[in-house]
Amino acid sequence: MTAPLATRHARVLILGSGPAGYTAAIYAARANLQPMLVTGIAQGGQLMTTTDVDNWPADADGVQGPELMQRFQRHVERFKTEIVFDHISAVDLSKRPFTLTGDSGRYTCDALILATGASAKYLGLPSEQAFMGRGVSGCATCDGFFYRDQTVCVVGGGNSAVEEALYLSNIASKVHLVHRRDKFRAEAILIDKLAEKVKAGKMEMHLWQTLDEVLGDNSGVTGVRLRSTRDNSTNELALKGCFIAIGHQPNTDIFQGQLEMKDGYLMTQSGLNGMATMTSVPGVFAAGDVQDHVYRQAITSAGTGCMAALDAQRFLEH
Amino acid sequence: MSNEHIKQSSDASFGTDVLESGKPVLVDYWATWCGPCKAISPLLDAAAADYGDRLSVVKVNIEEAKTVPAQYGVRGVPTLMMFKHGKVAATKVGAVTKAQLAAFIDAHL
Repeated sequence: MTAPLATRHARVLILGSGPAGYTAAIYAARANLQPMLVTGIAQGGQLMTTTDVDNWPADADGVQGPELMQRFQRHVERFKTEIVFDHISAVDLSKRPFTLTGDSGRYTCDALILATGASAKYLGLPSEQAFMGRGVSGCATCDGFFYRDQTVCVVGGGNSAVEEALYLSNIASKVHLVHRRDKFRAEAILIDKLAEKVKAGKMEMHLWQTLDEVLGDNSGVTGVRLRSTRDNSTNELALKGCFIAIGHQPNTDIFQGQLEMKDGYLMTQSGLNGMATMTSVPGVFAAGDVQDHVYRQAITSAGTGCMAALDAQRFLEH
Repeated sequence: MSNEHIKQSSDASFGTDVLESGKPVLVDYWATWCGPCKAISPLLDAAAADYGDRLSVVKVNIEEAKTVPAQYGVRGVPTLMMFKHGKVAATKVGAVTKAQLAAFIDAHL
């Protein structure tokens, strides 16, 4: 039934459309490399599900995540980059040109910049999966709407968990924040805001607790059972929404066995000799969250996106 | 979010658009603020064109329609539902790739 997919060639192909991918495109285009950027399924990346971005330098008044990504895209469109909406499902990096297969086409390229980012992680509980979209969610900005004046919980202790909890506290009647430790890995300014919400009775902390099971019936989620990480005791909370924000995993499945990785993150050369963003395969570069589990900021992603484009340019010149 | 092949449905028109439709209907519950909804929007446009007369594609804005999403237990966006003969045949929550969308539709045509 399906016709063979057409193959298109680009000197530089960029995978991903978050800050890293778009910045790489701007720099590659301005080097006259006429890059092609394949967006992936989540065009705009993680910032598309982020509300207030208050740490993007020079946006003194803050900016909304989706608006920032729209501006990134407009900036890319100002120079010569072909933006393709496709999802790549297989790559062959064993020889040049590199080959990529997507749902809508096949692509070859002389240099490849991987900026596929990271996706929200789930706990992997059967009950979590069973109630996905019926009370369990991985995206507070998408689904907070359904929980106006209801009780919800957020599971996690990092920046995204704290941000989601704060966002939901403006919508829900009460937010239970469930964290397996007692220290939050979030910006101090956000933790201060948490304390205010707790004081105002909008939020309740459940420290040293993990999500043991999501409880529910035909109507969807009706509660959660928490388990103490200290003494294994359990307790139940009645609530309607359970937001999972336990971190991210890099989108590197399709590179498995072809590129060197550590815990799923792409390894790059780094160091002082240039080509810092080059992976274990010459001509393949990585930028943004796909190669960084430490900093994970829009600005650091954009920075490494720029570096990857400059490295790709230098690679193609030699 | 407009396309000649796709119908925007409402609480009032859901009966005629979906339940009384003579063919399978793919319903997309979406919201203006939802990034993943925007991401799959072009895929739905393409599906509506590709499947032609075999499938009807209908969108429900969950902010405007107060009754229908609650009635069908929708608590997340995007939610895709396949309706056959007025009944829910399958539900899929969250963004999908083009291949996943095709598989979801094909399984229930």
